[in-house]
Formats: sequence, C-alpha cells, structure tokens
Amino acid sequence: MILLQLTAKSLWHRRFTALLTLFTIAVSVMLLLGVEKVRTETRNSFANTLSGTDLVVGARSGQIQLLLYSVFRIGDATSNISWETYQKVSKQRQVAWTVPISLGDSHRGYRVLGTTQDYFRHYKYGNKRPLVLAQGVQFSGLYDVVLGAEVADKLGYKLGDKIVVSHGMGSTSFAKHDDKPFTVVGILERTGTPVDRTLHLSLEALEAIHIDWKAGTRIPGQTVSAEEAAKLELQPEQITAFLVGMKSKVATFQLQRVINSYRKEPLLAIIPGVALQQLWDMVGIAEKALLLVSAFVVVAGLVGMLTVILTSLNERRRELAILRSVGARAWQILLLLTLESALLTLMGIGLGILLLYGGIAVAQPILESQMGVFVPLSPLSLYQWKLLSLVAVCGILVGLIPGYRAYRYSVADGMTIRI
Amino acid sequence: MQAAITLEQLEFGWTADQPLLSIQSLQVARGERVFLQGASGSGKSTLLNLIGGVLEPQKGAVHLLDVSLHALNKSRRDHFRADHIGFVFQMFNLLPYLNVLDNVALPCRFSRARRDKAQLRDGSVEAAAQRLLDHLELSDSKLLQRPVTELSMGQQQRVAVARALIGSPEILIADEPTSALDVANRDRFLELLLSECAQEQTTLLFVSHDPGLQSHFDRVENLTQLNGVTTAEEAQ
Repeated sequence: MILLQLTAKSLWHRRFTALLTLFTIAVSVMLLLGVEKVRTETRNSFANTLSGTDLVVGARSGQIQLLLYSVFRIGDATSNISWETYQKVSKQRQVAWTVPISLGDSHRGYRVLGTTQDYFRHYKYGNKRPLVLAQGVQFSGLYDVVLGAEVADKLGYKLGDKIVVSHGMGSTSFAKHDDKPFTVVGILERTGTPVDRTLHLSLEALEAIHIDWKAGTRIPGQTVSAEEAAKLELQPEQITAFLVGMKSKVATFQLQRVINSYRKEPLLAIIPGVALQQLWDMVGIAEKALLLVSAFVVVAGLVGMLTVILTSLNERRRELAILRSVGARAWQILLLLTLESALLTLMGIGLGILLLYGGIAVAQPILESQMGVFVPLSPLSLYQWKLLSLVAVCGILVGLIPGYRAYRYSVADGMTIRI
Repeated sequence: MQAAITLEQLEFGWTADQPLLSIQSLQVARGERVFLQGASGSGKSTLLNLIGGVLEPQKGAVHLLDVSLHALNKSRRDHFRADHIGFVFQMFNLLPYLNVLDNVALPCRFSRARRDKAQLRDGSVEAAAQRLLDHLELSDSKLLQRPVTELSMGQQQRVAVARALIGSPEILIADEPTSALDVANRDRFLELLLSECAQEQTTLLFVSHDPGLQSHFDRVENLTQLNGVTTAEEAQ
C-alpha cells in the first residue's frame, strides 16, 4: 500500500512527463480498440446486408462487381438483361420467388431502384429481418416512391412530398425527369444497409419517365406528359439484375450452373454469401493490416514508457538509496518501479477507453453518413477486453525491466548515495 | 554494559585477493556517541553498508544489539535494519515528492516496530513526527507545507534527523551529515543532533572526515588506524 502511494506521489511529482507517457499509451489504446471496433462493425453490416436470397443474377461480369452494384449500389452494371430471360428463370420449377432490380437513375446523389412490390416481401437483411415501413405504405400508383431511412432523414422528406428523379448519377445532374414528379408514399425503417440510401419505385415508373428519352437525353420535340404515359404499355424490356429465392437450397447450385451456361444471353448468377465472403476477404486484408499497425502503435507507446522510466532511473538512484535506508527491501524497490509502469499502463488503458467512446460519439454521424457504417456505443467485446488485458500484461512485463535494473542498482549501491 | 555495535575480525573486499577493509575489533556501547573519523577512500561507505547489512563480510561478524547479522537471511537483515537503525546522509536525504511530515514518517511505513513505538510514545506517527520536528526547531507550520526542495540545506538535514529518530531506533548512523553546511549551521545542527540522541538514548555513530568535530563526542575512533588494509592513497 505504501508502495502504491509512493509510486502515485512520485508520478505526480513528475506529472508532465508522466502525463505525456499516459497520453501516448491512451492514444495507442484508443486506436487499437477503435480499429477493432470499426472492423467488427464493418464486417457485421457487411454480412448483414443481404440474407434469405439464394442467388443474384445479372449480366455477365465479375462476381464482386455484380454484388457491388446490385446489393451495395456501388458502381454500374456493364449491361442489362432482358425481361424475357428474367421471366424464363422465374418460371423454373425450383424457384420460389424472384425480385427484379433496375438501376441507373438517382435523386440528389441517392440511387433510384426500380422493382416490384415483391421486393418488400422478399428482401431480407441481418438475421432474415424483412423491410418494415416506418411511415406510409408501399408504392402502388405509378408515380409513388418509397424512401430509405437515410434519404428521408438527410433530405428532410416526409409523406406527400414531391420529388424529381435525375437521369444517371451525380447530385447535380442536369438531366432531370422534372416533367414526371413522384410522391413520397412510404418511408422505410433504418436497416443499416444500402437500402437506407435508396429510393424505391416501380419498374413501370422507370419505363414511364424514360418513354420520351433516348441515349441519355430527351428526344427533341417529343414530350409525353405524365398522364399520357400512365395510359401507355409500360412493360419493361430490360432490367439490371434480379434476386432469386429457391424452394430448396439444394437446387441452388444446379440453377446457378444452368444460368451461368445459358446460351442466349451472357448471364452470371452468384451466391451472395460466397460473394460477400470473397469481397470481405479482399477488404479484410486492409483491415487486418490496420489492426497490425495499431498493435505496433501500442508497442511504440510501451517502448516510449520504458524509455522514459529507464531515463528517469539514473536520476532516481538517490531516491532508491534513501528508500533502502528507511527500510525498503530490495524486492520492494523492484515492485515500486514495476508498479509505476503498471499504473501508467492501466490509467492509459482507462483514458484510452474514454477517448474511444468520446471519439465514437463525435465520429458516429460522420461514419454513418460517409461510410454507411453505424458504430454503436456498445460495451467492449470479449475480444477487445482480451486485447486490453494483453496490453496490460505487456505494460507490467515492460515494467519489470526498469524494476530489475532498480533492484540491481539498489543491491549494488546499498545505502551509498551516488550523486 | 550492552553493546550496540560489535565488529569482530571483519574483512571485506569486492574480490577475495584484494581486501578493502579489515577491522580487528570495534565496539560501540549502547547510548554511546562515537565519532568515526576517516578520510575519503578509507572504506567509510563500505563499513556503513556492512553495518546496515546491505553488504556481507567475507570473514568475521557484525553484531548489532547482540544479534549477529550473519545469522539472519537477507530479508530478515532488511527488517532488522528498518526496525533498529536510522540513517542520515551527506545531503539530499529527502524524497522530493513527499512533504516534510511524510518524509519524517517514512520509516514507520516500512517498519511495524517503529510505527508501534511511535504510536505508543506519542499517540500517533504524525504526533511523533511533529514532536521531533519541534525539538529540531522546525515547528513553523508554513515551513512544513512547503515542498522539501525549497528548504535550506540545514533545514533538510534536520528533517533527515527527525526521520532517522522517529520510532526510536536504537542506533543512528550519520554519514557526513554536516559536510554541506556552513560553520554556524554545522554547530547548531550538531548541538541539536547530540541533545536529541541523548534524550532518546540513541547510540550514535557519526562518520566524518573532519577532525574539527571531534570535541562534541564521547569517543573518537579513526578508521584509517582501525583498518588493517593499507589503502592505495596511503601507500603513495
């Protein structure tokens, strides 16, 4: 107890360097925990993006590219697939359901997705959770739109608002479908998936707004009003991709093979779980590297502490001799110095945790809006506690080095004070 | 008369063939105040570490209060030192991060025997520290609140004496405690040290190179004469 008091008072006496050391350790601990947390949350939101879908089918390209544009709304499709092919696959015996997806337009930077009402029935995320409407209803009219939670939140839309869809991507697109405005009829609950950043409308609506367009621009002199368009035949000829649910999982691979070797059109069918894993493995390397780097930052922090303590030790030989003369045993000297680094490490860990949660509180909205990763203020995971214990053990072990040196000094010096 | 310190046929050297210190016999009685004169290099520090039980002699024995240090193991020797010996060094005796009272009370934190004695005598360790500081003319409460590094050298040495005497150890060993003091401070310091030792009936072994201090003491010993080993300096 007296040793702990002496250590604390001695540290307070040298509070400037002690605080700097403490801060170094705290920052490195924060970095370690933060990287680990973001890693876990990214992986979770990644794996949770799509569930219950057995196959994703699109035009032939790369497995990951198809996954990116159909599920994550990142990048664009190389080409579309025909409605006829889609119908053919839907009618396969083993297929329970299909949901078509049509992409290409946007609204102020958010993707617009054309689909059918089946989307709301079959799209599942996380642990097979369905999409739930927070407000309003699914689209039923031609010019109805259902917003993802973030779209409504960020752009401040509520039910009944009118919005205009832009042609192509980009928030300042000049080509606007402003002759055919949409009405917000529903807003989905937050899912933590790309659905939050999507506007959903019917395939027919996409046809309607493109009826007087060709090659990315309006056909001059030919305008079809919203009312006129509604009366026309709006059967789409092409879609971007579609999701497939199977009656029996066993048939999945068989259907995948059939689709991939389809002669009439170059198609690609992927199993989302496999593709997600593949994509994660790619991204995961960077995450692992980041974790490794932050581990090295912790090592650097501990080495910094070791340096500071070892440097101070020479000046403190006198202090050690005084302690010996008033009755401190040699092992108590060892303990005294080890306690010092243990105390610094533990306080550094404590401060690091505080910094982490402060940092999350500040960065949470930024991470969510910029990267689509929601990092909750959740308690530390078992793995994080394990990391922290490892840091604590390392800190105490590092403290044994100056501890042992002080022990050697005090045995050699005894009560002889060397100036 | 009981002996406080007895050295018998003591021999010590860092290597076996090069003895540093060889003392046939030295005895200090309880309550005696002995001046041990020795030039630098005469083995003073070595002798003090031998008496303190930090070093072990190759030959011979050290008896403190009729206990043979030889018979104790390292940890018991540390205990014994903490319980029975107070030390005052040349200068900078105090821990800079403790205040005056905490510095004085320090031995009671490491030795239960001295804490018990202090409590028995003055009621509490703090009261014991306060009484000793009063006796050593350090009763100014403002002074006690200042960081020890701001005290004058003379004041620091008196705080060190209070620390060495708290819990009434039987033996006080002072290693050149006056070398950093000017003459006026030195005499005042000696006066206070000696009167306090007399009051506490503490055995005092005062080590110094300065023969001018001899007159204050009951008995004078010369380490250079006691030491059978011819030092390099003398050989020249």
